[in-house]
Amino acid sequence: MSSPDVIVIGGGLHGCSAALHLSLRGVKVLVLEKDHIGRHASGVNAGGVRQLGRHVAEVPLTVASMALWHGIRDLVDDDCGFESHGQVKVAETEAELAICQARADQLRALGFTHEEVVDQAELRRLVPAIAEHCVGALVSRRDGAAIPYRTTFAFKRKAESLGARFVEGVTVTKIARDGKNWAVETSDGARHAAPILVNCAGAWADRIAAQLGEPVPLEAIAPMLMITARVPPFIKPVVGATGRTLSFKQFPNGTVLIGGGLLGRAYRDENRTDLDFAQIRTNARTVWDLFPVMRSATIVRAWAGIEARMPDDIPVIGPSGTEEGVYHAFGFSAHGFQLGPIVGRITADLITQGQTDLPIEPFRIQRFRRDAVAA
Amino acid sequence: MFQRLPNASGERVSFTIDGRAAEALSGDSVAAALIANGVQTCRATPVSGAPRAPYCMMGVCFDCLVTIDDVGNQQGCLVRVRPGMRVETQNGKREIER
Amino acid sequence: MSDLKPRYDLAVIGAGPAGLAAATLAAQRGLSTVLLDEQRAPGGQIYRAVTQTPVKNPSVLGSDYWHGADLVGPFRDSGADYAPGSTVWSVSRSLDIGLSRDGAARVLPARHIILATGAIERPFPIPGWTLPGVMGAGAAQILLKTSGLVASGNVVLAGTGPLLWLLAWQYLRAGARIDVILDTTPRENWRQAMPHMGAFARSGYVAKGLKLLLEVRRKVKVIGNVTSLKAEGDGRVQSVLYRQGDGAEQRLPADTLLLHHGVIPNINLANATGCAQNWDEAQRCWVPTVDAWGATSVEGVSIAGDGAGIGGALAAEHRGRLAALDALHRLGVLDRATRDRDAAPHREALDKAQRGREFLDTLYSPAKDFRVPQDETIVCRCEEVTAKQVRDAVKLGVSGPNQTKSFLRCGMGPCQGRLCGPTVVEVIADARGVSPAEVGYYRLRPPVKPITLAELASLPKAEDEIAAVMHH
Repeated sequence: MSSPDVIVIGGGLHGCSAALHLSLRGVKVLVLEKDHIGRHASGVNAGGVRQLGRHVAEVPLTVASMALWHGIRDLVDDDCGFESHGQVKVAETEAELAICQARADQLRALGFTHEEVVDQAELRRLVPAIAEHCVGALVSRRDGAAIPYRTTFAFKRKAESLGARFVEGVTVTKIARDGKNWAVETSDGARHAAPILVNCAGAWADRIAAQLGEPVPLEAIAPMLMITARVPPFIKPVVGATGRTLSFKQFPNGTVLIGGGLLGRAYRDENRTDLDFAQIRTNARTVWDLFPVMRSATIVRAWAGIEARMPDDIPVIGPSGTEEGVYHAFGFSAHGFQLGPIVGRITADLITQGQTDLPIEPFRIQRFRRDAVAA
Repeated sequence: MFQRLPNASGERVSFTIDGRAAEALSGDSVAAALIANGVQTCRATPVSGAPRAPYCMMGVCFDCLVTIDDVGNQQGCLVRVRPGMRVETQNGKREIER
Repeated sequence: MSDLKPRYDLAVIGAGPAGLAAATLAAQRGLSTVLLDEQRAPGGQIYRAVTQTPVKNPSVLGSDYWHGADLVGPFRDSGADYAPGSTVWSVSRSLDIGLSRDGAARVLPARHIILATGAIERPFPIPGWTLPGVMGAGAAQILLKTSGLVASGNVVLAGTGPLLWLLAWQYLRAGARIDVILDTTPRENWRQAMPHMGAFARSGYVAKGLKLLLEVRRKVKVIGNVTSLKAEGDGRVQSVLYRQGDGAEQRLPADTLLLHHGVIPNINLANATGCAQNWDEAQRCWVPTVDAWGATSVEGVSIAGDGAGIGGALAAEHRGRLAALDALHRLGVLDRATRDRDAAPHREALDKAQRGREFLDTLYSPAKDFRVPQDETIVCRCEEVTAKQVRDAVKLGVSGPNQTKSFLRCGMGPCQGRLCGPTVVEVIADARGVSPAEVGYYRLRPPVKPITLAELASLPKAEDEIAAVMHH
């Protein structure tokens, strides 16, 4: 095959999205994936497509990504199971409702109107099954949820149909400069070369960055999820809580997904996670409190995906601080799924135009220089 | 269709199936008791509504899910029938709130 | 039985022959031991209800069955705690057992754990196998043992394997009627099994097996070389369609169709615990990887009996004792030499019990057409996913069972892949033209049995239990 213009390391949603957006612009892309597409966080996350409650730095990106989500079929020829019934962050006390109001005011001051505070009556209308003590909520009505593996796989297939090449089951073992190219060696003994490298290696991205001389303080985490047997449809929006950790949603097939970021243990060298039932118990208690109808529901499975978290809980996006022709997109800190469509576009912008119209300054990798030295 | 061997011995247990009086032997699981009483299907699948009946009798297949004393989705083959027990067959997705 | 202790030296999971023998030996040698079992009475499936079956005439179930009582007596006297009705939904690498009893969940720590989860019937996916009236032959045997129930009306047995013939024999002994046995043993299996005939001839199986086969064949119509099967009916099975060799399709009336395709290890708990596993080509199934003592890749977790590869009930008993001796050694009670010395008679008995196994494995290896079903056949009973859907996913580039699971929900239902995993693996391997070894198996996760939210929410918060959960 002719040599690629860009090598993307990592076949998660961000790698596949970068491959897709680059392919749409006629760039030849090779994606190297150590396991299979969507094997880790991209394939097994909660599937929340959420603008609600994001870090202020992420808000312009999340709003732009939402526009792509609402036209996701046009982008990848598959609806990705995306449904938009809003996301709701419940306030259990007046004090929590005040926090919601402050947040809505803060965003409004910045010019964003997608988050609004609703009273108890409107909360009840949106989420009839919510426990009676809840007093209101912060709501983002265009938010929703999609099916993670199907989404990641759809991005991959569309990219592939446009000429991107995916090699699965190969680990990048060495990266080195070779004239104008990057030479990338993989565990199957192959050597690949391209002038541009994109690091979308998720929970393993720090190892790639370290090889490029810019170590980052990345933590591999394992957010846990559990799912119930099918129950009759009783809730449309995705529900979170203001004062505790929760993500709660019902799929169209009736199963209910419960998560929110309580952590198991990640063993990234073994591709393995262990669940922590003390944490799962806490999660179950929260659901017990907020959704009395769920008390007799049956949990059929629990799991955790391996994911990268940065110390400031926002991702690394943008060019390398040390090397020409290298771009990063990793460290999404357990909330990267919704950003997938836009960050791939941003990376393609940076590679093909040298710039992007979205503010990515807060995500530059250089912000960790001092930390890394201190570490 | 199953029938009890004529010399099968054991204590009789009275219980109900969908509100109707029924009898079983004390060693019967709920699934066996349903079969002994000629119940042909114990649930309809939530996916297509297809009828199902116990398939494995050893806790593997989950086709014998029934509601026992108001608690739904019980594996009928893993629960012993008890006097006065109320067994209800399940149709479609179980109501999570009554 | 009395309440459980806060922790045990040894926890044995499953009260079949392996679990009973392991727990008995360990408790006799002084380990604080608990035997956790999902069933309400000891015996596992092979000796199911051996202490309380309503079938009192011993000649119906046969002397091999009643041997189970010889294991229960010593177990009861051994001093081991016994917790029937316990569903184990998790075993962690830190040796904490998540279990539910009577609607309450708890975490029980142990210093060593022996999984004795036994075997399950190999899924036998044919068109119509989800219809009421179609059951596993093992299920019919359980109904006989526990309840003295036998199928009535038009009864058809179909498939291959020793259990099929044993059930037919037990039915005849009980005075029950079988219309037809549709024998799916592939013709060529006989030729392939012949080289193993010698060892089989020296095993204890031959005389007994032949006698049983002849008795069944004398009394029941057996149709051999059956190459296709289909169950049909409106709301329940009414007829069975079959083909003999490449002959025309024939139809039989059936009120009950009992299917059997051999047994495979019940690996869900071991898999979810993280025990390494390998594809066994001879038995065509995934088996946990264990050493000669049953030790797995997870420190402190062993597997005894059919759960570590099918060897049969007698072998399971000896494998249970060997695993228990190794647990005693690992916990510092026995030195290596004593363990090895004490193990010698059990090892010898195990060798004897396993003699002839290759012959049976080869003879009763199910035909490919039944392992890799046609397009319209449902492979995942829970989510009603067909073989065609799996094949279509492979065409899209899906390469393994974990991806079809994410893509099709195949294996995501309450049975957690127990009844579709083996088939999905075979279908994907066949579609890709590779070995199942390359395709892999589901990554299973706790809870390996469904648990209610209420049970999870009520997990006790006792200091040492939480500490145990957190410990790693």
